Amino acid sequence: MSKISGSEAVIKCLLEENVDIIYGYPGGAIMPVYDELYKYQDEIHHVLTRHEQGATHSAQGFARISGRVGVAIATSGPGATNLVTGLADAQIDSTPMVCITGQVSSHLLGSDAFQETDIIGISTPITKWNYQITKASEIPEIFAKAFYIAKSGRPGPVLIDITKDAQFDKIEFSYKKVEAIRSYNPEPKINPDALKNAADLINNAKKPLIVWGQGVILGNAEDELVKFVEKSGIPAAWTILGASAIPTSHPLNVGMLGMHGNYAPNVLTNECDVLIAIGMRFDDRVTGDINRYAKQAKIIHFEIDPAEVNKNIKVDIAVLGDAKKSLNEILKITNKKTHKKWLNEFKKLYKIEYEKVIHNDLNPVKDGLTMGEVIKEINLQTKGNAAIVSDVGQHQMIACRYSDFNISKSNITSGGLGTMGFALPAAIGAKMACPEREVVAVIGDGGYQMTIQELGTVFQTKAAVKIVVLNNDFLGMVRQWQQLFFDKRYASTEMVNPDFVKIAEGYYLKARRVTERKDLADAVEEMIKSNEPYFLEVVVEKEANVFPMIPTGSSVSEIRLN
Amino acid sequence: MSDKLIKYTVSIYTENSVGLLNRISAIFQRRHINIESFNSSMTEIENVQRWTILVITSETFIKKIVGQINRQVEVIQSYYHTDEETIYQESCLFKIKSSLLFDDRQIQNIIKESNAIIVTVNPEFFVIEKSGRTHELDELYEKLNKYGILQYVRSGRIAITKSPLMISEKLSNFKNN
Repeated sequence: MSKISGSEAVIKCLLEENVDIIYGYPGGAIMPVYDELYKYQDEIHHVLTRHEQGATHSAQGFARISGRVGVAIATSGPGATNLVTGLADAQIDSTPMVCITGQVSSHLLGSDAFQETDIIGISTPITKWNYQITKASEIPEIFAKAFYIAKSGRPGPVLIDITKDAQFDKIEFSYKKVEAIRSYNPEPKINPDALKNAADLINNAKKPLIVWGQGVILGNAEDELVKFVEKSGIPAAWTILGASAIPTSHPLNVGMLGMHGNYAPNVLTNECDVLIAIGMRFDDRVTGDINRYAKQAKIIHFEIDPAEVNKNIKVDIAVLGDAKKSLNEILKITNKKTHKKWLNEFKKLYKIEYEKVIHNDLNPVKDGLTMGEVIKEINLQTKGNAAIVSDVGQHQMIACRYSDFNISKSNITSGGLGTMGFALPAAIGAKMACPEREVVAVIGDGGYQMTIQELGTVFQTKAAVKIVVLNNDFLGMVRQWQQLFFDKRYASTEMVNPDFVKIAEGYYLKARRVTERKDLADAVEEMIKSNEPYFLEVVVEKEANVFPMIPTGSSVSEIRLN
Repeated sequence: MSDKLIKYTVSIYTENSVGLLNRISAIFQRRHINIESFNSSMTEIENVQRWTILVITSETFIKKIVGQINRQVEVIQSYYHTDEETIYQESCLFKIKSSLLFDDRQIQNIIKESNAIIVTVNPEFFVIEKSGRTHELDELYEKLNKYGILQYVRSGRIAITKSPLMISEKLSNFKNN
């Protein structure tokens, strides 16, 4: 067998794992791999982002919309440290991602060599697994392990650091996919007793509530969830990462949970008799005060990760295992039922929320444009078929609350970490993974400027993302808190912004600004009809607030409508 | 579950891998928990390491921590136990001036009564070793400290559980699947 270099082996490993797009930024310690990428450019498309953080978020967007493993690559030192935010984001949001970093030659390790940083030490708490390769012979096995770990069980990010000498060394290449690791149990077996006990509770419940999260999407269990919801007749609410697993229009979809979620599912969390949590982890943004969360209810937790059971909320029954398999099993022993009276309570509360909040958000009569009406217009123009990639802040809550989702994996946002700057690069990755889909990035003026350089990536790749900046010249969510809890002391939240349209035009993108309601529909239509990337700035009301809201420390049933 | 702070011994069976210690210690560090003692050793199974970590925390926390340790890819299995559930030992070494041994007869009695072992004696100093439970080591330290100790070092706790842990069974199940 002829020998190949470690760096060529890296490319061959990626090909073995069916990788065809990677996001990255070259530099000294990773140059041998880039040299091979040049030779293999017909097989692997390398996307040059404008910052390594952009590469990670693009890989995340790619993974979130497609369910495939996203890949990012960077050099040592600052290249590697720039991956940290994306790794942490992928870790807390369970996104399958493999990051590859170059490292100084093994004889220089620990010597403070040029662009040396201990990225293994730095990335340890924010990766599912990481490994430093110092010999080329390790490459095939470690890559096979990395991809297996990233995507199996509860997915997550993996980082592989490769010393420069290992990239140059020659090896005989052979690749064997990893299908099991003896110390690693990614998918616990379903306990039939737990399942039966869960079914007993579900079948006898008078006021049950389903709360689902991203585990349903990661486990490809959307169909099973719909069947379970329909057979049991149980109203179902979602966490923001669970959004889009069941279409918005489904009659048993009762909306979003948590701090800025819908009124009914939050209030009724504290009135249900059985709470059925599926693939969600009781994040504090979902539960509010945990000491006053669903205390009256029996709680069932369907979960793949044993460490999440009883972590935040003590549950009565845990059904460990893969969501798809568990839901399939529970479906068989669930009685067909309806809960009309109980469902009516959701409708009653929805009506209150509609009158006090939603109507004004979506059909405003005041002068200033609302974020809600922009989302409503995007819904109309895309018929609810777009993937919405949102950043972090007020616009994110509005986008998650009001977007219509017909298709799963369509709500791509930074949930657990709340990473401003996520949306623009994530949208690029999402569009490349699914070029046939409409991908609309909805971003605030603050977060936009954290990764605005990725407009260069949009221009260079021609990825036809639609970029909507909702501009209120404020860091709106922080300003809202300052208004409500800090007596309107707007410390460093007002932004003096540049001409965003000119900046987009500087990157040769089609761009338009809307300041008045009468132009909104036309502008959104023009944007959606465009076959090219398009930038739309909508100047919205400066000091609008997002409601409903559960203030920190309050219980879910203390959700405020104003 | 209790929020009372007590001593827990955490036993972790792991693959022998670089960097895993960092990963495990980060789990304690995140929750601001100090590691009282740490020991890494080989086990009855080839290529499997056993770590013994002593921490003071609550049952609520230790359960969650052990869950998060078990989640790590290279951890085969981890457990937590109270002192009553284990047979444990710690050991320590004292370096003491040799002149004291002859000047003060009482020291000889202390050594005898405590079942400590004299490891070495030379004209300048002598070294004694004592293994036992935490409080036995503490008592010996208190007694000898009155006379002056040149150096004192104590090992991490090692512990064996009264109930079986079934690690070999777990690993052979993996082979058979």
